[in-house]
Amino acid sequence: MANRAQIPTKNSALIAMIADEDTVVGFLLAGVGNVDLRRKTNYLIVDSKTTVKQIEDAFKEFTTREDIAIVLISQYVANMIRFLVDSYNKPVPAILEIPSKDHPYDPAHDSVLSRVKYLFSAESVASGRR
Amino acid sequence: MSGQTQRLNVVPTVTMLGVVKARLVGATRGHALLKKKSDALTVQFRQILKKIVSTKESMGDIMKTSSFALTEAKYVAGDNIKHVVLENVREASLKVRSRQENVAGVKLPKFEYTNDGEVNKNDLTGLARGGQQVQQCRVAYIKAIEVLVELASLQTSFLTLDEAIKTTNRRVNALENVVKPRLENTISYIKGELDELEREDFFRLKKIQGYKNREIEKQMQSAKLFAEEQVAEKLALQRGISLNNAQNILSATAQKDEDIIF
Repeated sequence: MANRAQIPTKNSALIAMIADEDTVVGFLLAGVGNVDLRRKTNYLIVDSKTTVKQIEDAFKEFTTREDIAIVLISQYVANMIRFLVDSYNKPVPAILEIPSKDHPYDPAHDSVLSRVKYLFSAESVASGRR
Repeated sequence: MSGQTQRLNVVPTVTMLGVVKARLVGATRGHALLKKKSDALTVQFRQILKKIVSTKESMGDIMKTSSFALTEAKYVAGDNIKHVVLENVREASLKVRSRQENVAGVKLPKFEYTNDGEVNKNDLTGLARGGQQVQQCRVAYIKAIEVLVELASLQTSFLTLDEAIKTTNRRVNALENVVKPRLENTISYIKGELDELEREDFFRLKKIQGYKNREIEKQMQSAKLFAEEQVAEKLALQRGISLNNAQNILSATAQKDEDIIF
């Protein structure tokens, strides 16, 4: 009745990453990286030379790929494509903002938490805790 | 908005009244049920929200520890492990499984991470130097992935619940503010029309009764007159004259009588 977006019950879905080099290396070390036959990877390393367009394209590609369930994105990268991240409202794949070494986690900018702030202005979650 | 509480266009009969009443009962019951569903979903929503907040905080800490472990590994094993790791990427050994859980009638997605158990190419990284740091770093990052997967499933259920709550609330409001008033207006309209029909009938009946009564009275009057005349005739005959004939003779002088010469 209310499930327009069918959430697939899949058995093996990948975790995509758009982050800086160190974070991506760490996750690749853990075994999250995947390169398929057409040399398509499920990660994008963002450094000072990456253009915003590249990041946008990677984000769009990861969110439309069928076999990716989670997209991890560094918060400062998310700030670069904030409009794309904020307008994304499909439940799958899930977009998670992770902190990076140089940019500690800032809950005020997280897209999900800022939406929550509108709902619960009494218990202001994202506006700093005392 | 035009006509917020109009009524349905129906023929105002007794059958329709029954039908519309049944629909009103259905709408009331549906409204109560949907309200309960919305409350249950909101409770779940709040719980998930609290869990999300706490998990996000712990995620920040875990990422910090894992970055630190990575820096240690880089320091010990040399900066080159970056390239080694990048070269070694083949198939992912950590994958995510998605299931659907039914919570208060809403299908929420849930992610679990699975270790596919294939031989990890990275087992041999840092064999030259710093092997232990590299392994520790890997363990730290695997733990980070666990937390992240849990956070992802919380986030998706959060978003799905949000949508579900919005649709349910929309339906509740629609029932309460549009459907029920419309049905109630229709019922009062039908009742009004039925009453008016009844009144018309009643009025018609009364009028006809009135006519009938007047007719009966007139007949009784004429019957009485006739009866009185009869009695008078009888008396006159007894005295030898017929009143009627007497009147006739008198009125006959108005006509020409042949026996009279002058």
